[in-house]
Amino acid sequence: MNRTKASSWEQLRNNRNWLGFWFMLPAMAFLVLFLVYPLGLGIWLSFTDARIGDPGKFVGLENYEWIMGDSKFQTAVFFTLLYTFVASVFKFGIGLYLALLLNQSMPFKAMIRAVILIPFIVPTVLSAIAFWWIFDPQFSVISWSLRQLGWIDGNINFLGDAWNARWSVIFANVWRGVPFIAITLLAGLQTLPPSLYEAATLDGATRWQMFRHVTYPLLTPIIAVVMTFSVLFTFTDFQLIKVLTNGGPAGATELMATMSYNTAILGSRIGEGSAVSTAMVPFLLAAIMFSWFGLQRRKWQQGEDND
Amino acid sequence: MTERKTMTRRDVLKAGAAVAGLGALQGADLNLWAQAWAQSAPWKPEKGAKLQLMRWKRFVQAEEDAFLALVAAFTKATGVPVTVVSESLDDVQPKASVAANTGQGPDIFWGLYSLPHLFTAKCMDVTDVADYLGKKYGGWVPSAVTYGKSGNRWIAIPVGYNANVINYRQSMIEKAGFKEIPKDTAGFMQLMKELKAKSTAGGFALGRASGDGNAWVHWVLWAHGGNLVDAKDKVIINSPETVKALEYAKELSTHFVPGCAGWNDAFNNKAFLESQISLTNNGVSIYAAAKANSGKDPKAKEVMDDMNHSLWPVGPAGKPTEFHICYPMLGMKYSKFPQAVKAFLAFTLEADNYNPWLQSAVAYITHPLNAYDANPVWTSDPKLSVARDAAKRTLTAGGLGSVGEKAASALADFVVLDMVASVCTDRATVKDAIAVAERQAKRIYR
Repeated sequence: MNRTKASSWEQLRNNRNWLGFWFMLPAMAFLVLFLVYPLGLGIWLSFTDARIGDPGKFVGLENYEWIMGDSKFQTAVFFTLLYTFVASVFKFGIGLYLALLLNQSMPFKAMIRAVILIPFIVPTVLSAIAFWWIFDPQFSVISWSLRQLGWIDGNINFLGDAWNARWSVIFANVWRGVPFIAITLLAGLQTLPPSLYEAATLDGATRWQMFRHVTYPLLTPIIAVVMTFSVLFTFTDFQLIKVLTNGGPAGATELMATMSYNTAILGSRIGEGSAVSTAMVPFLLAAIMFSWFGLQRRKWQQGEDND
Repeated sequence: MTERKTMTRRDVLKAGAAVAGLGALQGADLNLWAQAWAQSAPWKPEKGAKLQLMRWKRFVQAEEDAFLALVAAFTKATGVPVTVVSESLDDVQPKASVAANTGQGPDIFWGLYSLPHLFTAKCMDVTDVADYLGKKYGGWVPSAVTYGKSGNRWIAIPVGYNANVINYRQSMIEKAGFKEIPKDTAGFMQLMKELKAKSTAGGFALGRASGDGNAWVHWVLWAHGGNLVDAKDKVIINSPETVKALEYAKELSTHFVPGCAGWNDAFNNKAFLESQISLTNNGVSIYAAAKANSGKDPKAKEVMDDMNHSLWPVGPAGKPTEFHICYPMLGMKYSKFPQAVKAFLAFTLEADNYNPWLQSAVAYITHPLNAYDANPVWTSDPKLSVARDAAKRTLTAGGLGSVGEKAASALADFVVLDMVASVCTDRATVKDAIAVAERQAKRIYR
């Protein structure tokens, strides 16, 4: 009896397949504890009517039915998608442009590269407060400059008008997100083999052709990773909106993340707030799937037309 | 603690006599008094007790200094160290909620409005403290009873209020043809109109400003007889009164300075201090800020000299419908040192501590106990005296309904604020805005 037990233990200890499992265990425990458990709990809570201090009871899809019919939630979904899409497109465009610029040899290269990173280094809340001043209805430096130039009469209502407020927070997000993309793409650019450019030059390729047929295809894997991250960060943005507008005016700049926090933590309706945040998961999954199966396909990476 | 003087009961009585004269004890006197208090108080802190207190981050530096002096005096008298942690106003509630849920965290929370009612079962029963203070200091104002009590027991001590009043510039309203802020809503509309036409416009926050925004939209709703819920927590927002309130708010907002829809709690302070607006609603902290800078900045001095405060006009509802912030302080049931917590709560509101604190807060804090009407802060500067009655005049969170978590939920969701803001910014018709608010309120109050 004792012997068989010991031997099966021995087997577990020495079997190569099991060995791999043992090595994986700490990482898995970590993931389960800090990722799977909170996510699972969040999803479970979204099916309950939990409140702070009250675990609640199972209510099925009731929370989802409610938020689907809630005009504030619909506005939040709409704006979250718009915010993510527009900000990501601009961040990519400007980031790539900056990366290409910074890849050229120029004086003070190291310093300029460091300066580019500043928006990314400044804590979000601090930069949001700086944007308060830029977008202030009375003291905005933009309004002031334009007034001095005589181009406008009154102050621009940056945060008070629904659409102005939306573009303003998107602008702030772009400003903040560009350095991450620029620097990562720059790192990618520096790994590209110079020999390819030499060959292209010998073939008489124009600068545009070099970019289109050498740089861009080789950079695609990095673009895929960077943009996936960028989309995920933008979609789940919270601090900037919380500080800048808190979702106002009248919910025009509410994101799903801020709405979830307001509902669950400040409004103490944890079930409903969890439903809002769980509703973000399909969108995030779709973004990841897109980059996995779309952008990361081999032929894209290698710039070939056939499979 | 070695040089602690022992005091007799007689000394305590003498100290009490000094209190009656409202002499603010300072420094050594305060400590002496505090020691005497600690010996005679009904609550004896546990051996080895230490407390952690989480409060909202101060808006007036002098208020915090006085509060910390009070805390230090408590520690000196009782030997109980108290750690004070400051969090921004909006963060106290979530932190307290999490602490209540997990059963660990600070012993004392000092937060906003209905905070204790979010987790009544987790709050320490402080009925004895409330009774002791109420008897000693002329009784609690009615709204303090509403905020402090759940059923038959007190679950928190509302240690103060923050008056949210109309801040205005005397010279600017005179330029518009007014001597003072009109007492009724019709006159007030006229004032705002004339201010924009002939003088400098004013404005109230329409962004998601949890303090100033909520204060004025609830005033406008209640002033016209509108209410989110009735006394039984039944949703009654869809009413002709609400329509009137929204129409009034919309017309009023046409006389605002541009940009109010983007204001949070800080924007109007800045604009007022820079003389960009003539009138807004706020605590008396703008005045405090102007006063603090008046020595070195002539512009601040001008604002300080010219500005004044007024209570809110009364609307068709026929009675004051103001919404001042209440700051309840509560002990958590999980605290290992309930006697120390109670001793601290009682100590805070004893005249020798509370009077100097009130004075240092320069009317930013209003008392919940009637006896403190006599505090010199209410007479020393006539510009601050309107804040004296804030606690007596305020309606409570939830209006006619309960002050519990449903009211807190409705405030956190900006149900009323968004309704008013969406009408004023033309994002929704009056009817649609009410429908959205009604649907949300029904969900919260189901």
